[in-house]
Amino acid sequence: MSVSETRTGAGRRRAPASVYASAALRFLGVVVVTYLGLLAVTFFIGRVIPIDPVLAIVGDRAPASVIAQARKEYGLDLPLYEQFVLYVKNALTGNFGRSVLSTNPVMADIARVFPATIELATLGTIIGAAVGVPLGVLAAVKRGSLVDQIVRVIGLVGYSVPIFWLGLIALLVFYARLGWTEGPGRIGIAYEFTFTPITGFYLLDAVLQRDWGAFRDIFGHIILPAALLGYFSLAYISRMTRSFMLAELSQEYIVAARAKGLSESRIIWLHALRNAAVPLVTVIALSYAGLLEGSVLTETVFAWPGLGLYITNSLQNADMNAVLGGTIVIGSVFIGINLLSDALYRMLDPRTRTR
Amino acid sequence: MKPLLDVKRLGVRFPTRTGTIEAVRGISFTLGRERLGIVGESGSGKSQTGRAIMGLTPANAEVSADRLEFDGIDLMKAPPRLRRDLRGKRIAMILQDPKYSLNPVMTIGRQIVEALRAHEAVGKAQARERALAMLEAVQIRDVNRVYDLYPHEVSGGMGQRAMIAMMLIAGPQLLIADEPTSALDVTVQLDILRILDRLVGESGMGLIFISHDLRLVSSFCDRVIVMYAGKIVEELPAAELARARHPYTRGLLDCMPRIGEQRHPLPVLDRKPEWAL
Amino acid sequence: MSTTAQTRREWLLSDRPQSRLQAKLGRAYVTWRRFSGNGLALVGLGIIVALVLVAIFADLIAPYSPTIGDLKNARLLPPSATHWFGTDDLGRDIFSRIVHGSRLTLFVVILVAVIAAPIGLLVGTVAGYAGGWIDAVLMRVTDIFLAFPKLILALAFVAALGPGIENAVIAIAITSWPPYARIARAETLTVRNSDYIAAVRLMGASPMRIVLRHIMPLCLSSLIVRVTLDMAGIILTAAGLGFLGLGAQPPLPEWGAMIASGRRFILDQWWVAGMPGIAILVVSLGFNLLGDGLRDALDPRSGEQ
Repeated sequence: MSVSETRTGAGRRRAPASVYASAALRFLGVVVVTYLGLLAVTFFIGRVIPIDPVLAIVGDRAPASVIAQARKEYGLDLPLYEQFVLYVKNALTGNFGRSVLSTNPVMADIARVFPATIELATLGTIIGAAVGVPLGVLAAVKRGSLVDQIVRVIGLVGYSVPIFWLGLIALLVFYARLGWTEGPGRIGIAYEFTFTPITGFYLLDAVLQRDWGAFRDIFGHIILPAALLGYFSLAYISRMTRSFMLAELSQEYIVAARAKGLSESRIIWLHALRNAAVPLVTVIALSYAGLLEGSVLTETVFAWPGLGLYITNSLQNADMNAVLGGTIVIGSVFIGINLLSDALYRMLDPRTRTR
Repeated sequence: MKPLLDVKRLGVRFPTRTGTIEAVRGISFTLGRERLGIVGESGSGKSQTGRAIMGLTPANAEVSADRLEFDGIDLMKAPPRLRRDLRGKRIAMILQDPKYSLNPVMTIGRQIVEALRAHEAVGKAQARERALAMLEAVQIRDVNRVYDLYPHEVSGGMGQRAMIAMMLIAGPQLLIADEPTSALDVTVQLDILRILDRLVGESGMGLIFISHDLRLVSSFCDRVIVMYAGKIVEELPAAELARARHPYTRGLLDCMPRIGEQRHPLPVLDRKPEWAL
Repeated sequence: MSTTAQTRREWLLSDRPQSRLQAKLGRAYVTWRRFSGNGLALVGLGIIVALVLVAIFADLIAPYSPTIGDLKNARLLPPSATHWFGTDDLGRDIFSRIVHGSRLTLFVVILVAVIAAPIGLLVGTVAGYAGGWIDAVLMRVTDIFLAFPKLILALAFVAALGPGIENAVIAIAITSWPPYARIARAETLTVRNSDYIAAVRLMGASPMRIVLRHIMPLCLSSLIVRVTLDMAGIILTAAGLGFLGLGAQPPLPEWGAMIASGRRFILDQWWVAGMPGIAILVVSLGFNLLGDGLRDALDPRSGEQ
């Protein structure tokens, strides 16, 4: 009852600004602590575990002058805590040092390759949610039916199959044998040198330039890895959708909706799904974050020039700055996605808006 | 004159892995434009009786009846589409706790409008007008404000008024109220009952009032049915409650404390297996 | 025969057990009945039992050496009666390699479970029982680890530690304990204020003893379920590390590394990469089915409705 008193007469929900401010502050605190934790762990990995961090950074083939310079540049002659302060300062300004492999600043490399990963993971999540949510709803509504069994099997296999292996098999079947899709890589040789990226998201770039031939080629390249990632997120999303929907469909407001004489489809897709959507947003956000990370293996299989491939290449060449930079970027995106899903949750659930 | 509702040997069964549970076992009654109370403990089958009339028994349940007629319509043979049209428009139901029976992510106004527009082709503006009028009819003062509130933003009493408005907006002839006041504060209970009383009286609809509270039912209804283990053990006019003969009814009556009365030991409700036969 | 079985069943299901043993056996029996009523769970159990047996008797089962092949006569042969799963580019029998690889898979899974589960259990129970700032700090650390991308973090760890199966195990263990801590803490919170814990405390038991003897055992069943469900993920991560060349090193017959080496031949000799993938799929599926079944049997509430 006291809740309604805080409302303004017009009936629009608006909590006092201070409530939002304190919630935002607490939230910010969590983000800062988590981010510091991320930096602490990567610092530990990069500077503490290796016997000689300098060699880990510049590689063991570097000449003595380079080694000495790097030692100074990263403050490796300083005590550990000062090193950490420097590390945090650098990370916050996006300075992850230079990559041994490409000799570019790591941040520049990442900025170049990251759009490819985002494009892939986004398309994968769209596929996963667009197929997974309806499948999960159907499985819940027709519980115990054939659809339910199929969704269960799809989910189980999705949880059990190695993604890189499935990628190889998919390449074998759909590219080599059937010829339905293009092969590894992001764009075919025919377009590679004529196509000019603008945003780095090739599909979007092709649309912007109305280059439909390139679009078809790019789509042919992205569809297989995206479908693969989509399958993994579908397995997770459909399973969670099913269990959320089962919980909602057993609620009293569903009985009330039926008592009103609403159609079954309206009850399922509007009433129940709208309520299930609240936790589902978190699930979809988590699966998006999972795909960004899962891209490490997928990109290796499909020779997809994204952040995942960049990290694995750097790993195999002991390019520690690049590895840590990539890890921090993906970790930051993780934290960002968590933030976003929390904000969306608040938007979707009117109950969290008061308090 | 034909009764509004005619029930003969209605049964509701739930087959489970360990055997069949008979929630309602062959009950018969008729209802005119009057107020009928159904009383019993939890598990006596009173709620399932109400839901069977609504056509809202769970999918795994079996419903059987020699006759289940509403206003001359054979509900047992009615296609699902017709039953859905009846629900909300001609037969409505009020549930127990507005905290759970209102959709938490929809505004109260939208839920009422939705109930109306499911049955009548009315424009948005007109539907809103009707909903506001209905909210006024359930004695909500600041209707424009309440219209835009979410269920969690109103009190239980307010929520139940909204529920009543939602269920009565299409003008049903039969209202099933399933424990409409049990989840509410005692002071609010009377308000809700008064609103129900007036609305039912004004429109002349039939009412089935399901409750575990025998005295409440008898003061509110014309006739009372007492259920035990899925069967009707006694049926009598509310005014003659004091003359109830069945020991179970007597037991229910004796459970009620009276002011100024000393009772030691407290009476315990008797349950004899043979009553369930 | 049937009467003795009947009475034994009754003894087990008695609601007035005469001894602790009877009560324990009775509970185990009920759990088993719930578990074995689930056909898929039994399939999962069968797969895992088979995996263990294959790992133990690998030397007897494998017809050829897993590491030394016949380079001259047996390179890249398709599956046949002599080489059930075919041979790889070094002429090694793939079936024998998969059979021996089961040892590595079991090794990784068991070691990760043995390292990560106790860490999670300890952190969770201590945080839950102690409360206050200890709880706040421990849970903050847990949340930080939970907010990380697991695979990437494992990659970074292996990059620093150097490739190898032991380091892969350490990296996976470091990234997989936080969910266990969460579960253990939740369980601890539900029992922390119960009367029998209060009774133990009144009898003068130390916090250490309470946590170790009275709280940890209660967290075990939900922890076991979670660990079993995670096994598939652990296998997949280990295989992924192997695939990237960061896990087990050649010539060890690790399934992920086998897929990586078969990758070059995928277009013409599909079985070289195909067979180890199927092995991974089957074993992960087994753990998933077993975990699902265990969850439903041990904790019917958390099952999907």
